[in-house]
Amino acid sequence: MGDVRSMLTTYRHLVGAKIRSDWQYRTSFVRYLLSQTVVTALDLAVILVLSEVVPSLGGWNLSQVAVLYGLTTLSFGLGDLFVSQVETVATHIQLGTFDRFLLRPLPTIVQLPASEFALRRVGRSIPAIITLVVALSMAEIDWTVDRLALVPMTVVAGTIIFGAVWVVTASISFWAVGAREVANSFTYGGGFAHQHPLHVYSRWVRTLLGWILPMAFIAYVPAVHLLEAPNPLGIPSWLALTPPLVAIAAVVVARTVWRAGIRNHQSTGT
Amino acid sequence: MASTDQPAIVADHLEKTFAVRHRAGRLRRHRIEVRAVDGVSFRVDPGEMVGYLGPNGAGKSTTIKMLTGILTPSGGSLATLGLDPTRHRTELAQRIGVVFGQRTQLWWDLPLADSFELLHHVYRTDRRRHEENLGSFVELLDMSSFMLTPVRQLSLGQRMRGELTAALLHDPALVVLDEPTIGLDIVSKLAVREFLVNLNRERGTTVLLTTHDLDDVEHLCQRMMIIDHGRVIHDGGVAEFKSTYGTHRTVVVDLVDAAPPLDVLGTMVTRVDGPRQRLRFDRSTTTAAQVIAGIVEEAAISDLSIEDLVRQVYDAGG
Repeated sequence: MGDVRSMLTTYRHLVGAKIRSDWQYRTSFVRYLLSQTVVTALDLAVILVLSEVVPSLGGWNLSQVAVLYGLTTLSFGLGDLFVSQVETVATHIQLGTFDRFLLRPLPTIVQLPASEFALRRVGRSIPAIITLVVALSMAEIDWTVDRLALVPMTVVAGTIIFGAVWVVTASISFWAVGAREVANSFTYGGGFAHQHPLHVYSRWVRTLLGWILPMAFIAYVPAVHLLEAPNPLGIPSWLALTPPLVAIAAVVVARTVWRAGIRNHQSTGT
Repeated sequence: MASTDQPAIVADHLEKTFAVRHRAGRLRRHRIEVRAVDGVSFRVDPGEMVGYLGPNGAGKSTTIKMLTGILTPSGGSLATLGLDPTRHRTELAQRIGVVFGQRTQLWWDLPLADSFELLHHVYRTDRRRHEENLGSFVELLDMSSFMLTPVRQLSLGQRMRGELTAALLHDPALVVLDEPTIGLDIVSKLAVREFLVNLNRERGTTVLLTTHDLDDVEHLCQRMMIIDHGRVIHDGGVAEFKSTYGTHRTVVVDLVDAAPPLDVLGTMVTRVDGPRQRLRFDRSTTTAAQVIAGIVEEAAISDLSIEDLVRQVYDAGG
């Protein structure tokens, strides 16, 4: 436990250093923060406009879709804030600066997100939280204790699952330099796709983005149960409780892949 | 501080091969194995100060990266401070200090002092010990005037002093330096050398350094290893090395036009490649200045250099 605590202290100091560094370039910081907030809010606007044209999406009404959007985007936003920096490994490998992380007495998977922490990315989560709160109050949910507990549990598990997907896709860079775009199509693409109910997609999209990358557990599976929304895929309600287990499994997989990547790391000539 | 008799480094038939793919036709790719390190064996004892030399691409950096856990060896065995570097990388990191002359491990946009403070947290060093070390390094390396300057604004010499401090604040038993004096002016170079000698003497820190600068080795090391084409071709005392290879030097001269071998007093032409000629001379009887003056009298030259000792060893060995 003491080890975890001192690691958290180190993490906090590394994050603090990065925020102070970024503050040297504050105009760009503020500009990015604003643009992230606006872009995320625009995603929401698209859903609102769509709902004008199509009052329900796959049988889900506007507030139900908005809950799904809120859960997905918040988990994505938090994953983006705390974990997505692992994808900078591609740049660090190319520049040879990844070696610096390997020379420090801290797991790279902790160092990289801390050292590359970007506070401006918090911009994604702000509209997500607002949407989630408003949508939950409008969705006529039959609130019970377990449904109430389901919301924070889903957000935490969802954030971890997103984070794990980020780590796995970022690990590709250890084998193939320049694979960042492929990686992004899964993380950003997955994040966008899951703003809509999974059952509106074709079978292979569902299989790939929902179950193989277990993103269905980020929001859709718990949301079906939470909202008692139309459930054409027949998701059993007990499955709504499994996201924490999926999150743990995803972390184990991510850790294994990342470690294999580091063993394969080829560094660069000096 | 060298409290145990455990060797600092033991490498036994250490190997590293890289797979290099390159195109052969539209879709086909050839996979070629490059042996960067090809069966290197050596042992470094605690408290030793060893120079590791070799031309670019010889395998120096690759060896160092394996010693420090950055790269996984392809073959052979390796123990750094008794640990397998790949398997116990973070544990090892706590006990070694590494400086890559061409990379920084400091926080670019923050004052130098902030980097040291962060490293105190990263290495979880004792606060008192940290202050003590920092105070003494600031004094020895004369850093007090730029402690509050952002790293990106430091001169190379100032930054290198910062890098050394950063690598040493956690009292490592072994320090690995990859070209620590590259690009430094003479004042900084001397400061760094003096500091390293002091570190080795006062604290018993084991030092392994790579360099292109033979002067560094002469001033710092008792022992040198030379690597070329992934193999150690010389491992022994610096004095012994100098007496074996040290009396002769070679001047490489590029003439404006090809000419018959030059006739310069005290020299012997060992090779002619078109306009390029190599003249060997004995340092104990002739000086480089005399040789150069003699050449200039004989012919019009476009370029001239004195081949260093190490280059001659590669030629002899390979």
